Amino acid sequence: MTRRRFESGVELCLRFCAGLSVLVTGGIFLVLLMGTLAFFRDVSPIDFLFGTSWTPLFFNKQFGVLPLVAGTFLVSLIAMVVALPAGLATAIYLSEYAPRAARRTVKPILEILAGVPTVVYGYFALMFVTPALQQILPNLAGFNALSPGIVIGIMILPLVSSLSEDAIHSVPTALREAAYALGATRMQATLRVVLPAALSGISAAAILAVSRAIGETMIVTIAAGQQPRLTMNPMVPIETMTAYIVQVSLGDAPAGTLEYNTLFAVGMLLFANTFVLNVISNVLRERFKARYA
Amino acid sequence: MSAAFHRLWRTLGDRLLQVTGLAATVAALLVLALLLVDVFADGLGRVSWQFLTSFPSRRAASAGLFPALMGSLYVITLTAILAVPVGVGAAVYLQEYGSQGRLARLLEINIANLAGVPSIVYGLLGLGLFVRALGFGRSVLAGSATLALLVLPVVILATREALRTVPQEVREGAYALGATRWQTIWTLVLPMAFPGILTGVILALSRAIGETAPLITIGALTYVPFAPDGIMSPFTVLPIQIFNWVSRPQADFRVNAAAGIVVLLCLLVTMNGVAAWLRDRYQSRGGTT
Repeated sequence: MTRRRFESGVELCLRFCAGLSVLVTGGIFLVLLMGTLAFFRDVSPIDFLFGTSWTPLFFNKQFGVLPLVAGTFLVSLIAMVVALPAGLATAIYLSEYAPRAARRTVKPILEILAGVPTVVYGYFALMFVTPALQQILPNLAGFNALSPGIVIGIMILPLVSSLSEDAIHSVPTALREAAYALGATRMQATLRVVLPAALSGISAAAILAVSRAIGETMIVTIAAGQQPRLTMNPMVPIETMTAYIVQVSLGDAPAGTLEYNTLFAVGMLLFANTFVLNVISNVLRERFKARYA
Repeated sequence: MSAAFHRLWRTLGDRLLQVTGLAATVAALLVLALLLVDVFADGLGRVSWQFLTSFPSRRAASAGLFPALMGSLYVITLTAILAVPVGVGAAVYLQEYGSQGRLARLLEINIANLAGVPSIVYGLLGLGLFVRALGFGRSVLAGSATLALLVLPVVILATREALRTVPQEVREGAYALGATRWQTIWTLVLPMAFPGILTGVILALSRAIGETAPLITIGALTYVPFAPDGIMSPFTVLPIQIFNWVSRPQADFRVNAAAGIVVLLCLLVTMNGVAAWLRDRYQSRGGTT
């Protein structure tokens, strides 16, 4: 009898551990919501979402978040321009062309790129990539969107290549053989049969990568300049949503002030964006798995 | 003529795709090498015993990262103490108790989504929950609790992966001998899954030790002239110290940043090396007995 009670006690304990993850999600949502609501008592949601000037730390305070959104969008776009073609080419090579031994050694080495702390990438962007780019683009400012964008692209490359490779690899061999039987070369089979078949899996990888790029913080904080600016020019200093949160946190805004509450409003916007992207990515991946598993 | 051209294009195109793929792969590896060479060239000369044991200073040449190093060790240890039992417990529940029900499915989706939440959002959670609501202040405890939530999904996913590798026959054999479910898990399944769990935990902790943004958000200080002396002590960590140095305009401080990065990367390599060594050791022992 005591043994049975012990057993159910253990199960209850373990269930609590698992349930804690739901509390974390709830906690994130609640903390962000409360701060955001407090922020909206002072600033209207319309002014926040559609205003084109972001100067909460100046004397004349304006709370239009669009410059931060534009900065985040620009940096993520540059990152994807780097990561998507390179990651996909790497995935095609590793899955369709590389000898198995090469595949087994190269993949873990690429994973190292994803494990490097972001502050290290920030240093690399500011101290190496920007000066190198300035050799080619003399007009490039010391802080800009281009260099952190490229470096974020490098950081998320393993994510794109690894997940795409899994998707490409799980396309049934029979499809490839059917293409070869019709006289297709390996390139034709890869580009016209395998890639279209793996498309939903590859899209899932790409969307997850966008989400990761949007949420990346230290690289842009260090190398992009912390100047909110509504522009698509990659050569000048900008600020992203994430970098703004760091900037205010470093300044130590007292709890309850308007600056303090902007943290949660911007955080909520960031969370909502990445959440939607993650859900889409998960749905696509499930659909892909359902087809080929 | 056109047939010959067509044939040439067929072989050429195939070769082109292969070369492009190889070039992209090699380029990625080259960037990694470039990054390491750049950082070590800038910073290795500055790493010394004095650098490791000194406190931060206004003069770059006499500054060190002792408080940051100790802060990182404190924070990581406490993070492990908080995250590992809960993470392993959650994974055991999902994998061994309720892997079919609707609740389990919901938990699974939830954990997958948590893994994709940007780390700075965890920082805001930590600020609102641990620093303010629970009144931990800007302490080692608040930082560790925040990082523990951040790495929880990693620990859970890795532990489930490890539990999945334990053959079903092991569990059935134990049940046949009259063992209860928990006895089976505690005496057989967990020990067999241990190398995998350990690897996952070290992976999670290496992510935590490199995190900067969430700790800045909860208010870890950038200038701390003392090592933490308890879990309620204010603190700084290696990545924040590096960030602080790299944000200064003077070149000497940026050399310090590079040296700090060298120390951080060495710490990471050591942790992963220990993980690999432990895994090999336990795996070979599991094989012989």
